[in-house]
Amino acid sequence: MKIETEGVSVHYRATRALNAIDIAAHPGEVLGLIGPNGSGKSTLVKAIAGIAAATGRVLFGGEPRRPEVLGYMPQDIGARTALTVLEVVLLGRLGRLGLRVDQRDLAAVGATLEELGLSRLASRFIGELSGGQRQLVYLAQALAAEPPVLLLDEPVSALDIRHQLEVLEIIGRLTRERGLTTIAILHDLNATARHADRVALLKSGDLIGHGRPADILTAPLIARAFEVEAAVSTGADGHPIITPLRALGRKAA
Amino acid sequence: MSPTDTIHHAYGQLAARRALVLAAGLGALVASGLLDIATGPAFLPVSEVARSILRLSQDRTVDAIVWTIRLPVALIAIFVGASLGLTGAIMQTILNNPLASSYTLGVSAGAGFGAALVIVMGSFLPVLGDQAIPVSAFVFAAIACAGVFAIGQTRGASAEMLVLGGIALLFLFQALLSLLQFIASPEALQLIVFWLFGSLQKATWTKAAIVAGVLALAVPVLVADVWRLTALKLGDERARGLGVDVRALRLRAFVLISALTGTAVAFVGTIGFVGLVAPHIARIFVGEDQRGFLPASAIFGALLLSLSSVASKTVLPGAIVPIGIVTALIGVPFFIWLIVANRRSYW
Repeated sequence: MKIETEGVSVHYRATRALNAIDIAAHPGEVLGLIGPNGSGKSTLVKAIAGIAAATGRVLFGGEPRRPEVLGYMPQDIGARTALTVLEVVLLGRLGRLGLRVDQRDLAAVGATLEELGLSRLASRFIGELSGGQRQLVYLAQALAAEPPVLLLDEPVSALDIRHQLEVLEIIGRLTRERGLTTIAILHDLNATARHADRVALLKSGDLIGHGRPADILTAPLIARAFEVEAAVSTGADGHPIITPLRALGRKAA
Repeated sequence: MSPTDTIHHAYGQLAARRALVLAAGLGALVASGLLDIATGPAFLPVSEVARSILRLSQDRTVDAIVWTIRLPVALIAIFVGASLGLTGAIMQTILNNPLASSYTLGVSAGAGFGAALVIVMGSFLPVLGDQAIPVSAFVFAAIACAGVFAIGQTRGASAEMLVLGGIALLFLFQALLSLLQFIASPEALQLIVFWLFGSLQKATWTKAAIVAGVLALAVPVLVADVWRLTALKLGDERARGLGVDVRALRLRAFVLISALTGTAVAFVGTIGFVGLVAPHIARIFVGEDQRGFLPASAIFGALLLSLSSVASKTVLPGAIVPIGIVTALIGVPFFIWLIVANRRSYW
């Protein structure tokens, strides 16, 4: 299901958070959303998810209607609740749940937990888990409903590098295998270069680059967006490798 | 074990625990209800009470005591306790706050003000007669609920705004109540104080049926929203992401809270502690999957008030201590023990 935004803008009172954004995300591909803090990445994902009031149009498969099932994973991984991992992931299938839980729903949750290596944590309370484990549980929740669309707000920010790698590979594999349209906010430019099929670069609510990683993750665009001087080379596998060198335009404290 | 077997096993354990806790709670509630009926100026053997309830007793005096006097009191204790436990659970869920209850967020204070207003000023609708006090208490509980909801809609309609609105209204209604007490005659003052203590002794079959009826009406609404309420425990944004219309859900919940608290408090006065403590007991035993949490909160609320009713008739020989005082005296030490002894942190 292709996702397109047409002139999507968001205002928080007098502040402009997003300014007429046009992007497209394609089935079977991961669109990496990058940009400095406060550039509007989360706001754009919320606008696409339909939970931030926006102007402009968001099209899902050409239709201006949010699909019934949508895998949205917000940034917040708080867990002030006495719910088990199993119950949290089950909530991902909210629209289909009745008072009695269906065998199919349980099987889908079981498969998702297994996929992310969480089966042994099924009966644990979510509040008892580490931040990284909680992030995986919420990813499982987003995946549990087998949605056509995945909207992930920093899905690996609390994970160590091994888990980051594993989770990004799982997201990429499921995206390709299931033909999902995935939009993921990422901070690590090298991870973006490796795991995203396309990249959208935001700065101060404006889209300043949208295309293949090699076309967007360039020294001039990185300097413009992040105010960082970076050396960009090409790795043996053809992906860009970004080495940040120094901050631009600001004196050291 | 395959992933499917593992998950079925884990889910089976959760479901079994939930069923066991609810069954044990109901069993304890039946026992407590029987004990409540047996207790009074003339203590009746529990077996005799059970026979009378089952219409097997030959003793007309026992039947008269049980059916005319004590059963309505015991039932209203159970139904009001269940209403208060349930409203506390709904409030703690929709506000994501363990301190929320109709008592701590101004709804009961609104009802108290409504009752006192009629006691001091007289009935604004003379046709209501004796029912003017409960009607006014119900109306002001609804006004307080609407006020909390209206304040909560400002500044992003967050749970925090609703809690702040509730606390503000609690102080407002307490101040208005104090003002009424200040200007009241000594006789009216005495009536207000007695009403605020809470009492089960004016229970009738009609009142018990009304409270039970409102509870019964709340059940299908809660069943329909049970998963959406569970989703709200993960925060507003995540619930919205899962497709929940958070504002509409909160509005439905507030209407229920208003009706349940309004009827409960209107007939028995302000009883503070049940709505706060019952959900905490339920949370410890069954977690916050609302399919277990809501019924368990209702059962534990009913059990708490039923046991308090027994205690209110036994602690001072020859006297019935007001129920509101007893619930706090029993509930506070128990509650403190509960939260200190339970090491799991959910909030």
